[in-house]
Amino acid sequence: MLIATTVAILVAMFLAMIRGIVGPTFYDRILAVNMFGTKTVLFISLIGFVMGRPEFLDIAIVYALLNFISVIGVLHFSGSVEFRHDDHDNSTVEKDS
Amino acid sequence: MKDLFAVIMLAGMYGLLSASFFVTMDAVDVAFTEASVGAGISTLLMLTTISMTGRYENTTRHRPMLALVVVFVTGSLLIYGTLDMPYFGSAQAPIQLHVAPHYINNSMSEIGIPNIVTSALASYRGFDTFGEVVVIFTAGVAVWALLMVNVQRRKNTEIDDANNSTHEQHFIVRFVAKMLIPFILLFALYVQFHGDYGPGGGFQAGVIFAAAIILYSMVFGLNTARRVISQPIVQLLTAAGVLLYGSVGIVSLLSGGNFLDYNVLSADPIAGQHLGILLIELGVGCTVASVMILIYFNFSGRKNDRELEEHKETT
Amino acid sequence: MDIVIAVVSAIFLLLGGFLCVTGGVGILRFPDFYTRIHATGVTDTLGAGLILIGLMLQVPDVLVLVKLVIILLMTLFINPVATHALAQAALKSGLSPLLQSKNHKGG
Repeated sequence: MLIATTVAILVAMFLAMIRGIVGPTFYDRILAVNMFGTKTVLFISLIGFVMGRPEFLDIAIVYALLNFISVIGVLHFSGSVEFRHDDHDNSTVEKDS
Repeated sequence: MKDLFAVIMLAGMYGLLSASFFVTMDAVDVAFTEASVGAGISTLLMLTTISMTGRYENTTRHRPMLALVVVFVTGSLLIYGTLDMPYFGSAQAPIQLHVAPHYINNSMSEIGIPNIVTSALASYRGFDTFGEVVVIFTAGVAVWALLMVNVQRRKNTEIDDANNSTHEQHFIVRFVAKMLIPFILLFALYVQFHGDYGPGGGFQAGVIFAAAIILYSMVFGLNTARRVISQPIVQLLTAAGVLLYGSVGIVSLLSGGNFLDYNVLSADPIAGQHLGILLIELGVGCTVASVMILIYFNFSGRKNDRELEEHKETT
Repeated sequence: MDIVIAVVSAIFLLLGGFLCVTGGVGILRFPDFYTRIHATGVTDTLGAGLILIGLMLQVPDVLVLVKLVIILLMTLFINPVATHALAQAALKSGLSPLLQSKNHKGG
């Protein structure tokens, strides 16, 4: 049961990673990283139970907090001028690769 | 990929993957440090950097072929040199035969704390940890010295106006941050002092503490954060951590033992070890937290100054 | 009694895992950024909640239970706020949602 759920979470992490690599706008990438972080929290908690060492929950708590702080940080820095996303950028020149 | 922002996001994901690998290899402390430093603070500090340098990588003016050849040759020489080393995890490697069994067998009786990683880091290898703390301190001082060039004093009212206008809309974020920050600070203290019994210790606790202060300064504005934790105090704490660590060593010298020999710090050697480990972890936590906060404050301070200049030029 | 707890816990875990995979599929297949936020925000929080409740039922020790409750509360607070902040920042910086074409009639 635990192992099946762990495999499911791994699949979800992999799908989020694909969106993080592909995603056209960078907000897509931030979303993918946020989702990856939440899945990592769950993955670490589950692995802690699978391996019988509940100390891993401390790492899960730290990771959840740092995930939140990173997303808020990225959004705070995206408010400065260089990061403005103009809509017509999507259709004409695409600078991301 | 020329978009540095995307590169930072992917680097954050990579840090998380490494943390997951360490967790599956049953190395809890390392995973903790990797998750907090590699995937948390590094992302934040790199973001502050590219907010000042620009989002896209400049086109290189020279062809990278020569550099690639040098890297390839050096890499293959290094790999050739490691072919003689014993296999990863083999039981015949020299480290497994002499030092590691001594630590694993004697840690509980000599030091008396369950977490062998902390006992090895803080007591058996205390000199190495002292070196790490001094390196962090030196790096912080170097960054600060570079960033202090061309600092100009501005009136506080202008910066407050600029900060307030961008933060009024984020009511929900401010509310939740207000609720979370005391919890994060408390958790940092828990990790610091629980390092003897579970994963944790000074480095991770310092990083979490700094992350809480950085969250506060991002959500509420840099000047409010500067009023809460003033820069002279942060500078003082940076040095105080290293000083604390060194003083523990000197006190044990003056008490008749070797440098950083905790057995002489108290009447009972085991109590002496506990006291020594507690004090040096505190020193490590102090220095790490203060250096991170110092770097972040200086980067944001320069960004604010530059934005104010641009704002003045356009109005 | 033990078998009931084990079965209930297994149901919660599997349901949570299924929701997480659905969220992952959603983030790849939805057409626009704002719809993708819906996919992750809802399924992430709910899936995490169910998995954590499933784990809580299997726990032998009070301290571990308290830590799991802390993670659950934090996830319930943090995830929606992060998605809200993300959507607000995207809207303010000009990313417009994919709206229906103008010659679609009625609801």
